[in-house]
Amino acid sequence: MQKITREALIEKAAALLSEGKVDRVLGWKSGEFSYDVTPAIFNNVEEMQKDFVYGDFSGANFSKYLVKETKKDGKVLIFLKPCDTYSFNQLLTEHRFDREKVYAVGIPCDGMIDENKIKQAVGDGILSIVSESETVKVETLYDGVKELNRADVFSERCLNCKSKKHVAYDELIGEDGLVLDSNRFDEVAKLEKMTADERFAFWQNELSRCIRCNACRDICPACTCEKCVFDNPNSGVENKAAANSFEEKMFHIIRAFHVAGRCTDCGECSRVCPQHIPLHLLNRKFIKDINTFYGDYQAGAEVGSRAPLVNYTKEDIEPSEAVNRGDE
Amino acid sequence: MQVNEYKPKIVAFCCNWCSYAGADLAGSNRLAYPAEVKVIRVPCSCRVNPMFILRAFQRGADGVILCGCHPGDCHYTSGNYYTRRRMALLFSMLEYLGIEKERTRVEWVSAAEGAKFAATMNDFVATVKSLGENKRLEDLRCKR
Amino acid sequence: MRKCSLSNSTALFNKIAENATLYIPVDLEKGRVAYKKYADGMKMSDALKTDRSAKDFFFPQTENLMEFKTEGKSIEIIDNRSEAEDFVVFGVRACDVKSLEVLDKVFLAEPVDSYYKNRREHGVIVSMACTRPTETCFCGTFGIDASAPKGDIECYKTDDAFYFNAVTEKGEALLAKLDGVTESSDEKAVNEQKEQIKKVLDKLPLKDLKADEFGADKTDKFFNSPEWKNLSEACLGCGTCTFVCPTCQCYDIKDFKTNKGVQRFRCWDSCMYSDFTKMSAGQPRLTQMERFRQRFMHKLVYFPTNNDGMFSCVGCGRCVAKCPISMNIVKVMKTLGGKNND
Repeated sequence: MQKITREALIEKAAALLSEGKVDRVLGWKSGEFSYDVTPAIFNNVEEMQKDFVYGDFSGANFSKYLVKETKKDGKVLIFLKPCDTYSFNQLLTEHRFDREKVYAVGIPCDGMIDENKIKQAVGDGILSIVSESETVKVETLYDGVKELNRADVFSERCLNCKSKKHVAYDELIGEDGLVLDSNRFDEVAKLEKMTADERFAFWQNELSRCIRCNACRDICPACTCEKCVFDNPNSGVENKAAANSFEEKMFHIIRAFHVAGRCTDCGECSRVCPQHIPLHLLNRKFIKDINTFYGDYQAGAEVGSRAPLVNYTKEDIEPSEAVNRGDE
Repeated sequence: MQVNEYKPKIVAFCCNWCSYAGADLAGSNRLAYPAEVKVIRVPCSCRVNPMFILRAFQRGADGVILCGCHPGDCHYTSGNYYTRRRMALLFSMLEYLGIEKERTRVEWVSAAEGAKFAATMNDFVATVKSLGENKRLEDLRCKR
Repeated sequence: MRKCSLSNSTALFNKIAENATLYIPVDLEKGRVAYKKYADGMKMSDALKTDRSAKDFFFPQTENLMEFKTEGKSIEIIDNRSEAEDFVVFGVRACDVKSLEVLDKVFLAEPVDSYYKNRREHGVIVSMACTRPTETCFCGTFGIDASAPKGDIECYKTDDAFYFNAVTEKGEALLAKLDGVTESSDEKAVNEQKEQIKKVLDKLPLKDLKADEFGADKTDKFFNSPEWKNLSEACLGCGTCTFVCPTCQCYDIKDFKTNKGVQRFRCWDSCMYSDFTKMSAGQPRLTQMERFRQRFMHKLVYFPTNNDGMFSCVGCGRCVAKCPISMNIVKVMKTLGGKNND
């Protein structure tokens, strides 16, 4: 697959800006290190030339920012990787942003790197990370340059990429890819095969680390409520910190349930979790169940599709049968 | 005589149009079902969102059962169809988290099924009783 | 100076654990590091930082303050405070040690927070010099010396031994109890390590970050800066930075209605949240930009203004590593800090 360069994207943005097709650009801004890329608004080409970056750490899904951006005047240019386009469509389905105010450029993606995997592999003192086609060269303070296999440090969601196909764009750079056969449900299936006690212990261990920073919720393109039930003092369940393991479970069950059928499996929740809780395993359980019970459904694959939880058939599975499916 | 026999706390969400009337019928027919069952009337089974179920456990329930009209008979045409999907997913998720699947149940009980209501409750209470106290979804603060 | 060879560390830990609960940093799965209650034979982690700071020991994320029990029309108030147990936290880095000094300013000033004070009095900090600081470290910016970590006992770990130096009376008392497992030593190895640390600190990417432009009474200089808008543009309003921060000390007091009464507890709050300091008239900070500004102004300007110039950032770098959108105090300082940080 052709590699998309920073320059190609700046060139595209420059053309669109000068033609007056867009007024500003939503893009990735370089930081202090090789990996701390921040979403930012660029108002002109000069700003882009200074700080714009596109590379292995441009994983952030910008779709949700459109909710805020399209409330402003003018048109915004957004670059969408294949998985971002699903979130884009899902938000459109839910009428969460104004499509007229967006110019979407689809860009191919060959996978993003998880900086935590690099940190784990090379340890402290990362001075620079340079990526080549198959390898990643990491310069460190203590051990010189270390070479890693690029595939070994891909983020989890990219290792289990579900699609290289863009399902929404105004314009596409490069060639479109295909929907892939991924193994993304393997981990879920593994958990399902465990005993109830083992599963309970697994989740107790994972969820007990939660610090209730709400990053998983706040980054989620499907979580766009004006006021979350967990932030609303009148809801009776508002809490700023989980007082015990019940509240931990409640938050995570409800968070995942609320996006069930709307979650596109973009993986942002797990990416941003400061405590590295595998939140995608909750979301994927719902997706897997939905696929099993009600037929394959990919949220965001098309605009306007009816999500499984606001739909039904007369022959749906009974809840009592559903809980036994995992044992099969 | 057993002095400290364990009595589970059971919350039964019953839809106004069928199951609540079914419970009523069970009562007027003098069909016995355990006093541990606390019935909460809801306009439709569809009114019950996952938070209700979790909150019932938080507040000390050992089992939660949700009763509604038979599929196809919903007073609001389709409410219980949505309930069915929601609860299928929620219960499956609870099981995924290692919580005993026998603690939650959905049962369709019509207004004419007083006997079914009583039988369902008897069976559910017995099942939960055999499981013992709810430990995996408890909030200790509510038990003090 | 006392010395204990690494081969003897289990005996050392067991000795400490005899008299107090001991917490040491432990390696967990997938590169996680956390303080764990010591049990015989447990291995100490060599990782630079624990995922969560030592703040948790003194100011836990949730804490019960009191209980109310109601019966009929009577109400009983139950004070559930009790004397904290003695505990030792081993291997606290210089930045986290300094963070306790910051927290002391808040919680030990009048009116004294008795919950915090109780723990502080019963806790002993054994610090640890950093031989391998990482790229996100910038404690030097705030005048913290990673080669002199302070605490109650200063500790240096070389390839073959721990070296201890008591700093406070509490530290002396603990060190005296460890006489059986430690021996007297000169300072040669420690001085060598200090030199080596200084050399490493000079190579850190953030070594030139300066806080000079910030500090007490600089509110007017920064408050209305146009830069806040761009800096906060992508902020999600999550609480990650505040909850991993060793010095963030804001909390909310809440009542939880139990089945028989009320549990009053406090929990960490975050100035990034939309309902932070919400009152009947609404929120004082309506937009994320204002909330974002509050956090950094508090660290860099308000706190120094109220505390003799002490910054409430210790440069531990946790927020730098954890922020979901990689916006952090370093970028804020570089953007606002003028020519010193170009």
